[in-house]
Formats: sequence, structure tokens, C-alpha cells
Amino acid sequence: MMPPSPLLQVEGLSCIRDDRELFCELAFQLGAGQVLLLEGKNGSGKTSLLRILCGFREPDAGHIRWCGNPISDSQYYADMAYVGHLDGIKKELTVLENLNLALALGQHGQYAIPEALTRVQLAGYQQVLVQALSAGQKRRMSLARLLVTKNRLWILDEPFTSLDKQGIKLTETLMTEHCSRGGLIVLTSHHDLNLTDVDVQRIHLS
Amino acid sequence: MSLTHAFFAILRRDLILAVRRRSEIANPLLFFILVITLFPLGIGARPQLLQAIAPGIIWVSALLAAMLSLDSLFRSDFDDGSLEQILLSPHPVSILILGKIVAHWLVTGLPLLLIAPLLAVFLGMPQPAIGVLLLSLLLGTPVLSLIGAIGVALTVGLRRGGMILSLLVLPLYVPVLIFAGNAVEMASNGLPVTAQINILIAILLLSLVLAPWPTAAALKMSMN
Amino acid sequence: MKFIPDPIGRFCHRMASPPHFYALSGKLLPWLTGIFLILLACGLYGGLYLAPPDYQQGDSYRIIYIHVPSAWMSLFIYIVMAITGAIGLIWRIKLAEIVAISSASVGASFTFIALVTGSLWGKPMWGTWWVWDARLTSELILLFLYLGVIGLYNAIDDKRTASKAVAILALVGVVNIPIIHYSVEWWNTLHQGPTVTKMDKPSIHVSMLIPLLLMAIAFKFYYVIAMLQRARLELLQRERTAAWVKKLVSEPSNSSS
Repeated sequence: MMPPSPLLQVEGLSCIRDDRELFCELAFQLGAGQVLLLEGKNGSGKTSLLRILCGFREPDAGHIRWCGNPISDSQYYADMAYVGHLDGIKKELTVLENLNLALALGQHGQYAIPEALTRVQLAGYQQVLVQALSAGQKRRMSLARLLVTKNRLWILDEPFTSLDKQGIKLTETLMTEHCSRGGLIVLTSHHDLNLTDVDVQRIHLS
Repeated sequence: MSLTHAFFAILRRDLILAVRRRSEIANPLLFFILVITLFPLGIGARPQLLQAIAPGIIWVSALLAAMLSLDSLFRSDFDDGSLEQILLSPHPVSILILGKIVAHWLVTGLPLLLIAPLLAVFLGMPQPAIGVLLLSLLLGTPVLSLIGAIGVALTVGLRRGGMILSLLVLPLYVPVLIFAGNAVEMASNGLPVTAQINILIAILLLSLVLAPWPTAAALKMSMN
Repeated sequence: MKFIPDPIGRFCHRMASPPHFYALSGKLLPWLTGIFLILLACGLYGGLYLAPPDYQQGDSYRIIYIHVPSAWMSLFIYIVMAITGAIGLIWRIKLAEIVAISSASVGASFTFIALVTGSLWGKPMWGTWWVWDARLTSELILLFLYLGVIGLYNAIDDKRTASKAVAILALVGVVNIPIIHYSVEWWNTLHQGPTVTKMDKPSIHVSMLIPLLLMAIAFKFYYVIAMLQRARLELLQRERTAAWVKKLVSEPSNSSS
């Protein structure tokens, strides 16, 4: 099988935080259908790397390219989606209002909102205020956000926290499906990743 | 257009949130009324004196009320990660942020306008000046929100941002205070105020065009 | 960087490299200090001895030799801060960031000196320490702008982020300064009528003007000296993990000044 042509290219990336070099000269390439799993202890720079990939933090050295262009390009932001430690969900709004806002900020994707909610087992929760949801349900709602908007690259920071076994299984299924559609995923996780038929690269940060 | 759609989606969301939280609207308004009530108590209720300094009192109080309300502009979005999602949108961030600022003004600036005539009567301001007062508030308070947004975007990531925010923002409020306060004072004395109003319009347009850029840049910086 | 020709770009890049800047500024500092002292001596001698007393103000006007150059510097440094801040923001040049923040406290000091000397001058002139004169008021607001910049820089722990914040704030400030200045002038003429005295009269005798200009140039040199010293310190602090700093520290013979 031909290796997929790289979409996300990272070269010579360095990050220094509080006098400590978290990583340096980091390089990787990610093509369609591939997953990159970042491993390492707490404080090893996993989240910092993800935030650099999001463009929130500037790398101390190095380049990140998406389809050959620097990521400051707005095309990158049309193609990526990020789920971080913070859900980015307003608890005073209903599930539907939250997802509608996500749609307004991006573009329509694979699923319509009701379908996506069915996929993440939140069907019928449209009009429920988010503050009434449990932590796991909020996590699943973040997944629904990934499904309703158009994106190729998922950047996920610890997607399995506060999910039960079933929720983890569901997340993995959705990730596998995303890759089979030619999507890319960069994630951090303490949980062991269990994806079938997906090319998973691993980077260990120490 | 999808950008206009995004703009109004943000605007609508913030208005819904404000209605569901309520205190966000009430607090600056109560503060505004309270400060103005304190002045006659502090300096004595001599009608002549109060009337003379009424424009200044009302405008300084409006300035402080606007500053007090600034923290709510990005705070909750910063804390729950919504701001990250807004910054990751492919749309121009400055326009989306402008949506938030407009919503913030509708919630915290506009109510000041509604209560101001009552307070003007408290302080014995002559009838014709009240119209000019409202006009000056209508033109001036959006500027306070726009300039304040820059300051709050710079400090939203800080734990103790409150004190430094006033240091950043208040000096930049000086022109609005001068022209708006002066317009009301002139109107109280029955003099024309076209020049001041024109300058306020110019300041409003200028800050409307320019302020969202540094705000967006500062928010990106605060995400670090 | 495309609109800058390559050789110039390379030259700037070399100049902007921290070790090069550190070495060069170390060599320049004694010369700058020498020139500053000569200019200062000439300016003070001319201003305090050679220049005749003012026919109205007597000798008390001589404070302008400190006051006026300080007031000029206060504005000049703010503009320098905004420009270098913008350069740091756009081209990510670390050195420009450092120059911007190192200028802030020097600028604030000059602003403070201008305010104090203005008020000292006010006592014999107006019989009171403080008058809400347009220039003094503008100067006071400028001091607040400087304090905002310094306060913001100190409040943010990550110094790279802090530099960006400062650059954004300085740019916003520099757009606002003319508006603030104009509004204060307007406010002043409306509330006080024409001011009692202008701080620096446009028509000034040559024997008074030359020392004033000398002092102005001397102050510029002083600014460069003070700014460079702060910048060198800031640079060492930020680059404390870099190889060249470690080398510098381990070889005490190298550390001049």
C-alpha cells in the first residue's frame, strides 16, 4: 500500500516553558487516515504541543504546515477541530443552541444535529440545558460538535477522561470512522488506544 | 453570508446568556445609580452646585460602570473554553469579537441610557440638556465598550487582572469623557454642541473600525 | 520580509542576534556615556551661566533646561516603544521586544521628571504647585499610559507573551495619544481661557535656545544609555539558558561594565 501523502507536516518544533525545554527538534508527518498518539508523563509537553498545533501558542522554533501552507492560513482553521481540557460548551445554553453556535462558527459537516446526537447517544436531549448533563454526557456532546462541523483534522486533548467504558468504545468507533473517511487525528491519552485497521503513530515525550 | 450569520449567532448567543444570567445587566446599572446617589450625599445637596457638576458626575459614573462591567465580556468564555472555539473559527476573529462587544454594549451600555434621564432629573439638569446627555451616552458608551475590550482582552488570562485593567483603560477613556461631558455642560448653558457631537461620532467610527483588531490579537496572545 | 532587500535583511538579522547585540552594546556604552557627559556639561553651563535671565521670570525659567527636554523625551520614547513593539510583533524579532520594554521605564522616568519640574516651575509662576494646564495634564495621562505598560508587563509571567501584550498596548496608546492630547487642549481652552504661560515659548533667544537643544541631545544619549543597560540585563535574563550567556558567565574576564 502506498503511504498517504502528508497533509500535516511538522519540522524542527521546539517548546521552552519556564526555562525547561519540553521538546526540541520535533518532527512528524501525518497523512489522510492516520492517527498520532502523544504519550508521556504529566508536564511532558503534550498539551503544549497540541496548543501549538492549534496556533494558540507560538513554537520557540520550527514550522507547522497544513497542505503545504503555514497554519496561520484560514484554510487550516476551516479543516481542523479541537477538543481541549475545557469543553467550550456554555452551560446556560441548551444542547441544540450550543451545537448551532458551533455550526455558525464553522461549516456543515458529515451529520445533521439530530443524527449526530443519536450517534453519541444524546438523542432527545436537544432542549436540555447543558448544566443538567453529566461530565460524561458533556464529553459526548463535544464529540457531537466534531460530527456536525466540517473538519479533517481532529486535535483531541485527553478525549477519554470522564467517559465510561461504553463512552470510550463509542469515541474509538467514531475515531475509526473519521480515519476511514480520510480524516486525521492528533490526540493525547493516558488510556490505551484501541483502534482497528488504523495507522497509529506514537510519539513519546519525556 | 456565513460571516454575517456567524456574527449574529454570537450576538444572539450572548444576549440569550445575559438574559439567563440577569445579574450581568443589573449590576452595572445599580452601580451607576448608586454612585450618582453618593455625590449629593458627599458634597451636600445644594441644587446650584449639583446642577453645575451634573454632566461630569453622570459621565464619570458611566465610565466607572462601563469599566466595572468589562470583566464579564470575556471572562466566562475564557473560563469554559468557548473563547478557544471562537478563535479557532475560520471566520475573521475580529468580526466575531465585534459581535460579542456589540452584545455586551446592548446589555451593559444601553441600560445606562434608559436610566440616565431619571438621574439627570435627580441632579437638577435642565430639560434641553437631557436630550444631549442621551445622545452623548448613545455615542460615547459604545466607545467605552470597544476600547475596554482591548484592555480586558490583554488581561483576561491574568489572575489579578482587575486593578491593572483600570490602569490600562481609564487613560484611554479621557477623550470620550472630555467631549461628552463638555457637550452636556454646553447644552446645560444653552450653547450649541454640534462640534462635540461630531467629534464623538468620529471617535465612535474610528474605534468601531480599529478596536476589534488589537482585541483579537490580544485574545490570541492571552490563550498562550 | 519580501519588501526588504536580502543583504539588508541579513545585516539586520545579524545585528538582532542577541550575542552580537550584547557585545556591540557593551563596546558602545563607554563612548555613549562620554558623549552624554560632554553634552550635559556644555548644556548645563550654557543654560545656567551663559544664558541671560528672563526679563519676566528671572532665573526661575532655567528649569526649562530639564523640563522641556524631559517632556520631549517622554513622547519620543513612547513612539519608539510603539515602533519597536510593532517590529517585534510583526517580524518576531526578540531584540525589538526587549528594546520596547526597556524603553518603558526610562520613558516613565522622563515623564515623571517633566511633571515634577513642571510643578516646581509652577510654584513661582502661578503661586501653586499644580495647575490643570493642558501640557501638564497631557503629561500626567502619558505617565498613566506608561505605568499601564509597565504594570501589564510585570503582571504577565511569560515574558514573550508579556512583550506581545506590551506591543499591542503601546500601539493602541500611540494611536490614542494625539486624540488625548487634542481633547485635553480643547478641554483646557474651554475651562480656563488661554493658559497663563506656555511652557516653551516659540520665540526664544538664541543664547537660551542653544543650551536647550544641547540638553535635548544629551537626554537622547542618556535614554540610549539607560535603555541599553536595561536591555542588556533583560537579554541576559531571557537568554539565561542559551550557550552564549553560560559562556559569558563562566568567563568573568569577559564581563565588562
